[in-house]
Amino acid sequence: MLNYTIRRLFLAIPTLLFISLVIFFLVKLSPSDPTANLPLTIPPEVREKIRESLGVNQPLFVQFGLWLKQLMISEPLYWSNQIFGTNFDIGQRIISYQTRSPVMDIVIQRMPQTLTVVGTSYLVGILIALPIGIISAYRQYSFFDQAGTFVSMIGFSVPPFFSGVLVIVIFSVQLGWLPSIYDTTHVVTDWDSFVVQFKQMIMPVMVLALQTTAQISRFLRASMLDNLNQDYVRTARAKGLSEKVVVLVHVLRNSLIPVITVIALGVPAIFGGAIITEQVFKVNGLGQLLIISIQAGDVPTVQTLTFMFAVLIVLFNLVADVLYGLLDPRIRYD
Amino acid sequence: MRKLKTLLLASAAVAVASGAAFADGHEKRGRDGEVKIIYWQAPSTLNPYLSGGTKEVESASLVLESLARFDNTGKMTPWLAAEVPTVENGGVAADLTSITWKLKEGVKWSDGSALTANDAVFTWKYCTDPAGGCAQLSYFDGVKNVEAVDDLTIKITFNGPKPFPYTALVGSESPIIQAAQFADCTGAKAPECTDANFGPIGTGPFVVDQFKPNDVIQFSANEQYREPGKPAFGKVLFKGGGDAASAARSVLETGEFDYAWNLQIDPKLLASMEAKGLGTVQTAFGTSVERLHLNQTDPSASLGDARSTTDKAHPFLTDSAVGQALSMAIDRALLVEVGYGAGGQVTCNVLPAPAAYASTANDGCKTQDLEGAKKVLDDAGWKPGADGVRAKDGVRLSVLYQTSTNAVRQDSQALIKQWWSEIGVETELRNIDASVFFGGDPASPDTFQKFYADIEMYTNNFSGVDPEAYMANWRCAEIPGPKSQWQGANIQRFCDPAYDALVDKMSGTAALEDRAALAKEMNDTIMRSYSIIPLIHRGGVSAHANTLGGVKISDWDTELWNIADWHRVK
Repeated sequence: MLNYTIRRLFLAIPTLLFISLVIFFLVKLSPSDPTANLPLTIPPEVREKIRESLGVNQPLFVQFGLWLKQLMISEPLYWSNQIFGTNFDIGQRIISYQTRSPVMDIVIQRMPQTLTVVGTSYLVGILIALPIGIISAYRQYSFFDQAGTFVSMIGFSVPPFFSGVLVIVIFSVQLGWLPSIYDTTHVVTDWDSFVVQFKQMIMPVMVLALQTTAQISRFLRASMLDNLNQDYVRTARAKGLSEKVVVLVHVLRNSLIPVITVIALGVPAIFGGAIITEQVFKVNGLGQLLIISIQAGDVPTVQTLTFMFAVLIVLFNLVADVLYGLLDPRIRYD
Repeated sequence: MRKLKTLLLASAAVAVASGAAFADGHEKRGRDGEVKIIYWQAPSTLNPYLSGGTKEVESASLVLESLARFDNTGKMTPWLAAEVPTVENGGVAADLTSITWKLKEGVKWSDGSALTANDAVFTWKYCTDPAGGCAQLSYFDGVKNVEAVDDLTIKITFNGPKPFPYTALVGSESPIIQAAQFADCTGAKAPECTDANFGPIGTGPFVVDQFKPNDVIQFSANEQYREPGKPAFGKVLFKGGGDAASAARSVLETGEFDYAWNLQIDPKLLASMEAKGLGTVQTAFGTSVERLHLNQTDPSASLGDARSTTDKAHPFLTDSAVGQALSMAIDRALLVEVGYGAGGQVTCNVLPAPAAYASTANDGCKTQDLEGAKKVLDDAGWKPGADGVRAKDGVRLSVLYQTSTNAVRQDSQALIKQWWSEIGVETELRNIDASVFFGGDPASPDTFQKFYADIEMYTNNFSGVDPEAYMANWRCAEIPGPKSQWQGANIQRFCDPAYDALVDKMSGTAALEDRAALAKEMNDTIMRSYSIIPLIHRGGVSAHANTLGGVKISDWDTELWNIADWHRVK
């Protein structure tokens, strides 16, 4: 297993390099100009100078090489200086075209709000999905199963730019219960501020959780159905085990194996943020950062963010594979 | 529930107002608590010299100030300067080659140190550093030298006579930054000074507490601010993100925010939100005009590299009768009603403001005249063919009409196409993503500068109040082409030596009345050529809560120019 993991990690390096190259050219070759969104009152000569100072006019491979150097050398050295107090000469860090400040600082600044909102929604979504999936499979075609299917279909088919605005109109505009704009400066210090935080999180979390729930509950239901008809279930019942033990211990444990890998594969998406939902509720996390950077032609930010997502996806794919091997003794990689 | 909340808010406001009423204008600074502002495009930095975007300029204007600013009527007002220098008061040299500003006495930076003329000199050096990529460089065009005569006197010398010398260090786009803070941040090092760029020290009513790029800014009142008792608000929350509709909703429907900027949304939707009674929509008209540019050169694909260049004139748009008919066929009032609502008004001039510069010679265009348009075409020899499209000597009146992708613009396009078809002009519509259309990439065939179409529509304006540079856009030498990498502002490729002569004359004229007369004449010359068809004078639309007082929205400076005077009302 260890050998396998190490081999996979080494294989990931060329994959990631290739991914970053593809991303770079996708962004660069698409018509994007960091000065495009400036007011027309700024004359072309000045725009040209701005582009020059950003380094946009250099040959593409120089730009890519510079970014790679900054990512692989400057950034690790900078963090080593920060954390271990070393004193390396770091050169220039990855600088955003929009803010003219280090991209990683913004990423780190935004990580908490994305993890809080999107991470919570993922947890909530899983917690809701588990009972729905179990009951739906155990009482297949019952009213509960039909209702669960209906909710899942809504979760799959209604996009957050609709459901998000819908809940804002209901709960913020009509009822006035919840804020429609997420306050990223809010700090939880006591019970009252926790209530405020809870209120501003509930809508984005539930909108996102609906989608997670839909996906996971369907997986779990299918997996449970597969297992419920297996011989070992009949054996367990024949031995006189209670239904509770049969379903929640024997069937559920075996059914969770594929579901856990699905959950693991979904984790990178938490870091990626929820682009649309973050926009709708003004959570301004990593997803919103990515979308405005794309709009602004901010190549270093787009490049760095997508690379991070690529790393996470490659890593969690590996995690899912390893988990599979750990959970299911029939699967061996060596 | 909502009524109760409104009632509570109102009573709280009454309490605040009555508590402050007895004072003599010197109430306590920061007495009104927090004001919440939402800009749906979030500021990326607070250094307007490193961005050029409106959102950055406006948010930084809470902190950074300039020598003089424009009020909501477009009038220049001394700000950090004691008075506006003119030739009469001796502040501007008689030969117009220099201007001398006197700073107000006793102005302090928010860190307690004194504002001096050296800060102004430093600001000039900072922006003109060749490696810096300063976005406001054009404000320092023609400036030969900026020197500190003494601590409070700044002398700006120009390369030649400058009839309108109020550009450098005037207006929200070229504020004075603190020399001490930015001393090590010039040239290529400018982006490395993140702390300074995100938290500039200023002389304005607020100081930056926290800046999260593209997300949120927290300000608090500047204890060193020169006017006692101002600002009334102790804190400002400046939130960014989302879209215009949700920003409008947060002020007009949920009351979460006090002020929302740039609300160009469906006018019916905005009106229905305003009807809720929590806030008020305001429009500030500046110089923005949505207009059609009629290509005076031939954009046919068959010309290859000579497309849309001065090599070949347009087959029919150079005939001013065609342009005149196209203009007469348009019902501008309906375009305003459908797409702009409070945010637009009908205009017949490409230079609609300031009032002194606005011509009235072309006002006939305000009403649609389809029959008149047909007659103009008939008289010019354009006769309807079998398919209803007019033609003359084998040339058909068929146009390709492009603009950027934007719901309002596509509505306007559809309406205009309909009207033109009624007078026998065939129209093909096209829309291009804004970042490509305005992107200026010389390799792209779809930019507005390349203009590979017959007609295109967009909005342009000029900042400040002086139209000289703007009107100079339509000189022959400004025509974009392959030789200039398609740079140049004369987008419609208009060329008239008489017009160039007017531009030259204006650059040597100092008296404001004469300049106004010249500007009107230039405007009328272009209007008579029908190379530009103005449609809508567009304003900035913003909304503020009814509990927020003192808002005087302006399009001549930032909308937040007088935030020091904002306060809570009942």
